[in-house]
Amino acid sequence: MEKSIYLNSEQITQDLLPQKFGKRGMVWTTILLIIALFGVYAYYRQLRYGLIVTNMRDYVSWGIYISNFVFFVAISLVGSLITAIFRLTNVKWRTPLTRISEIIAVSAIVFAALIIIVDMGRPERFMNLFIHGRIQSPILWDVIVISTYFFISLLLLYFPLLPDFKILLKFKEKTGKRLNKLYRFQGSFWKGTKAQFHISEKSISILCILIIPVAFCIHTVTSWLFATTYRPGWDSTNFGAYFISGAFLAGSGAVVVAMYVFRRYYHLEKYITEMHFEKMGRIVVMLALVYLYFNVNEFLTPAFKMKESEEGLIRQLFIGSYAPMFWFAILVGMIIPIFVLVFKKGRKPLPMFIIGIMVVVGAWFKRYIIVTPTLLHPFLPMQNVPTSFMSYFPSWEEWAIDAGSLAGALLVITFFVRIYPIIPIHETIIEQNEKDESK
Amino acid sequence: MNENNTKSRREFLVAGLLASAAVAGCSTSNNPFAQDDETIKPSGQMVKLLSVDGQIIEMDKAFLKPVPDLPAVSNSEARRGIPGKKFVMVIDLSRCKNVRACQKACNHMHHVHPGQNWIKVLSMEESAHTAPYWQPTTCMHCDEPPCVKVCPVDATFKRQDGIVLIDSDRCIGCRFCMAACPYSTRVFNWEEPILSKEEAEQAYSCETSTPQKKGTVGKCDFCPDMTRKGELPHCVSACPNGVFMFGDMIQDSVTNGAETFRFSDLIKDKSGYRLLEDLGTKPSVYYLPPVNRNFPYESGLENKYQPDHTYEDAKKLSTKIN
Repeated sequence: MEKSIYLNSEQITQDLLPQKFGKRGMVWTTILLIIALFGVYAYYRQLRYGLIVTNMRDYVSWGIYISNFVFFVAISLVGSLITAIFRLTNVKWRTPLTRISEIIAVSAIVFAALIIIVDMGRPERFMNLFIHGRIQSPILWDVIVISTYFFISLLLLYFPLLPDFKILLKFKEKTGKRLNKLYRFQGSFWKGTKAQFHISEKSISILCILIIPVAFCIHTVTSWLFATTYRPGWDSTNFGAYFISGAFLAGSGAVVVAMYVFRRYYHLEKYITEMHFEKMGRIVVMLALVYLYFNVNEFLTPAFKMKESEEGLIRQLFIGSYAPMFWFAILVGMIIPIFVLVFKKGRKPLPMFIIGIMVVVGAWFKRYIIVTPTLLHPFLPMQNVPTSFMSYFPSWEEWAIDAGSLAGALLVITFFVRIYPIIPIHETIIEQNEKDESK
Repeated sequence: MNENNTKSRREFLVAGLLASAAVAGCSTSNNPFAQDDETIKPSGQMVKLLSVDGQIIEMDKAFLKPVPDLPAVSNSEARRGIPGKKFVMVIDLSRCKNVRACQKACNHMHHVHPGQNWIKVLSMEESAHTAPYWQPTTCMHCDEPPCVKVCPVDATFKRQDGIVLIDSDRCIGCRFCMAACPYSTRVFNWEEPILSKEEAEQAYSCETSTPQKKGTVGKCDFCPDMTRKGELPHCVSACPNGVFMFGDMIQDSVTNGAETFRFSDLIKDKSGYRLLEDLGTKPSVYYLPPVNRNFPYESGLENKYQPDHTYEDAKKLSTKIN
């Protein structure tokens, strides 16, 4: 363990106050804005001409919008892991990571919802889901659990911010007038009395318990969008657990990346320490092993039997045209991270950062592999259709919209960090005081 | 009348609807033969007509306006279906030689987008050493329809007469039904359908499945507008070889127009079966196996499906029309 550094509360507050964008921050934000706006332009084209601008057709009727949706839902699960599961199991070192994971969860779930609207042929009829909604349809289940998850996550982001608002309000000079106004609007009712702390603590505890089943629901139901159909590759009882385990892995990868970036950029080495990378590394190894197990479980038995309906798909994935992507997702998303992170040296910040990126990229392609190839293996042969219907590669509009949604999610996180302290100030001070007392 | 025959039924209906609207707007006269539009000039061509009371009367052709034979069915009526019926189709594979007249008639009557088909005639072969055959594939109108199960907004529904239809005014275009359908029967309107202005302006009817709407799903509908009139679906009447037999399971009879069979006997005698029975979807379409065939498989090869254009070409086509 590292030597604990003495930090007084003024120092902590100074370190953790939100900072203005530097030069690099401006460049980063501008690039993200450009990508997001380009995505908006592509979506304008789609609204104007219809889904014809995509390369989805009657056989591959779901493409990278849907796999991107699954990816976002997966990423958002990490909020519940680090905030709720770690809190309930009393994992002390989680404090500097809670807000990072919670904002990742919120922005990912928002863009999951947006991308599903992008996928709709008639987005203007969205309200039909409420006017004519059929509770028997898994889509309705998804609408219900995703909106529930969004609100719980938002509250889990907001309640721990309240004591920080009180601190932030003291630094009017530093944060600027407009932000001060915002803080006052959002948190001036917080006086920091004992009673308020009591209510807040209790609410957070209740929310943490509530969010776990809801988190399991969002991704299980998302997996059921596939598993409730007859399609080879989707018709699996393993799907819920398979998706959940993959989701925790993808989200943890994202948190590791975010930890590294915030630590470097905002010089938070005293708060996000090597110990945090070490611990997160162990967690990523465990999650990758669990996900690998579910992958074996998902593919070994059908590949052993080679049922007629499954054979074409399995061959295409293992040795056919999708094999490079399939093995890329397995190798880069699971096996290499396991082999790097089991070693202590692999759990240092920089290798962790690289592995984090690999896990996230692998996770994105993994979702592509789950959605698209299945649709190219219908029960009845693909005939009497134009040749363009028999294959799928996303159009530039699809790539632009997907990239735009990813950029959008990153923008939300970026602006959040600009406005709010990414590491909870109040909790860090409390913890430091506890440490000092115990000495 | 020959001129009218060359027009499509839809245009006929359009004109009829317009005419009935015009007549209704004419409050001064209840006479449907009254000249409601002063701009119409007699053409001088007279036609003989049989009046309601059995008299033969002569009318100038210019004053004739087609009137729909049945009033349009309301949405709720179209969703209920025809009471006391259970529609069923039998497809005799021993008679099919891939003429695809069914496909053409269906595409024409429902304005299916060029390149897409509601009926597909598939070249099937179970395994390497078994005999190939032609299999026309419609919507199966399953009794346990997976598409209806997953629809989040009740846009696709099962009627009491067994027909599965789509309400394109309600469909949100999520395409879950397309993923759920194991028969890949559903097609999507990826872009604005190619329709004339009059067609596009009509109110949507679940029973005719027209006019199709951009961003919604379409599929074979068993032509309930025809069955309501006691007529056969377009594919059935278009097939020159009598492959399709359509009828009512409760009456236990199916017909291809020329021949009529007792449904239960036909299925028993010829060992009828349904597609993908093991999935439990319980289709309403039965197949008779391709034995004692009227045509060898090879005779269908000359008409093998050639995608005459890519879907993208069809897009250019549509911009030309509009």
